[in-house]
Amino acid sequence: MTGPRGTGHAARHELTGRARLRSALVPRANQRQILAGALCALLGFAGVTQVQSRDEDSVLESARQSDLVQILDAQSQLADRLEDELAGLESSYDDLLTDGNKQQTALEQARERREALGILAGTLGARGPGVDLVVVDPDRRASAIRILGAIEELRNAGAEVIQVNDVRVVASTYVLDGDDGPEVDGIGLDPPYVLRAIGDAETLATAMGIPGGVIDSFANDGMSATVVPRVEVVVDALRTPSAPEYARPAEAG
Amino acid sequence: MIAAIGLLLGVGLGLLVQPEVPTWLQPYLPIAVVAALDATFGGLRALLDGIFDDRVFVVSFLSNVVIAALVVFLGDQLGVGGQLSTGIVVVLGIRIFANVAAIRRHLLKA
Repeated sequence: MTGPRGTGHAARHELTGRARLRSALVPRANQRQILAGALCALLGFAGVTQVQSRDEDSVLESARQSDLVQILDAQSQLADRLEDELAGLESSYDDLLTDGNKQQTALEQARERREALGILAGTLGARGPGVDLVVVDPDRRASAIRILGAIEELRNAGAEVIQVNDVRVVASTYVLDGDDGPEVDGIGLDPPYVLRAIGDAETLATAMGIPGGVIDSFANDGMSATVVPRVEVVVDALRTPSAPEYARPAEAG
Repeated sequence: MIAAIGLLLGVGLGLLVQPEVPTWLQPYLPIAVVAALDATFGGLRALLDGIFDDRVFVVSFLSNVVIAALVVFLGDQLGVGGQLSTGIVVVLGIRIFANVAAIRRHLLKA
C-alpha cells in the first residue's frame, strides 16, 4: 500500500489501480500465475457445485445431524402437543354429548312426570277408554253418600281420572249434602249426574253393575243409573293447582 | 488474466459436470467457498494496491480454506458447528466487504 516493495513493484508503484488491473490482465504464464489460476478454477468449481447442491438438495438433506435431531425433536414435541389438544377436545366433545343426552333424558322424564302429576292433580285434561255413569234423578233424591260411594267404587275399580258433571275429582275432593242436593267441592250438582271415569272400561262397567253395587244402590233410592262403556272418554274439567301453604318437600333419600 | 480464465473455466466445468457433493464434505464446502472468496478479493485488492504477490495469494487462499474447514470441523466435534460456521461467515463477510470497499476506491475513486 505504501512504499515500494521490492524492485519489481517499484516501477509499478506510481500507477493507478486501473492501470495495475490492466497490466495484470496481460497473461504471463509463469508457474505461480498458473497456480493462482488453478486455485481460482477450484473456487469457481466449488462455488458452482455448492450452489447446485443447494438447488438440488432439500434443506433437510444438507442439514447437520444435530440440527436434524433438533428439528425432529421440535416436530415430535409439536405432534405430542397436538395429540394432547386433540384428546382434550375429544373428551370435551364426549362430555358435551353425554351432557346433552342427560339433559334430553332429564327433560323427557320431567315432561312425563309433569303429565302424570298433571293428570293426578287435575291440571291437565285427559282422554282414554272408560265409562260414563249416568244417574237420572228427577225427584232429586240423590245424597252425598251415594255420589261418594260411586266415586269410591269407580276408584276401587281402577279409574284413573274421574269427573262429576263439571267438577274434576282430585285427592282433596269432598262431597257434601247441600240445600239443593249433593255438592262436590262446594259446587252444587244438578241432575242428571254424569260421572266420567277413565280406566279399563270392562272392569269399571262390571264393578258398577255387581248386585248390591252402585247401580243397585241408586235404584234402591229411586234413581235410575246406567253405565255406558266408551272407547274414549274425555275428561276436560280442570283444577287450578294451589301451592301448599304448610307442606314443604322433604329432601329425598 | 490466467486467474480470471481459471475462474471461468472452473465455473464452466462445475456446470458441465454437476458433481455430487460427498456427504462428509457437505458442511465444509460452503465455508470453504466463502473463505476462498475472501482470499480472492484480498488478492484482487492487493493487486490494485500494487503489492500482489503470487506466493502470498496461493498460501493465503489455501490456508484460508483449510482453516475455515478445520474450525467448522472442530465446531462440529464440539457440538457448536452451526454457530461457528455462522461466525466464520460473518467474519469473512466483513472482510469481503472491506476488501471490496478498497477495490471500489481504487477503481471508481470513490
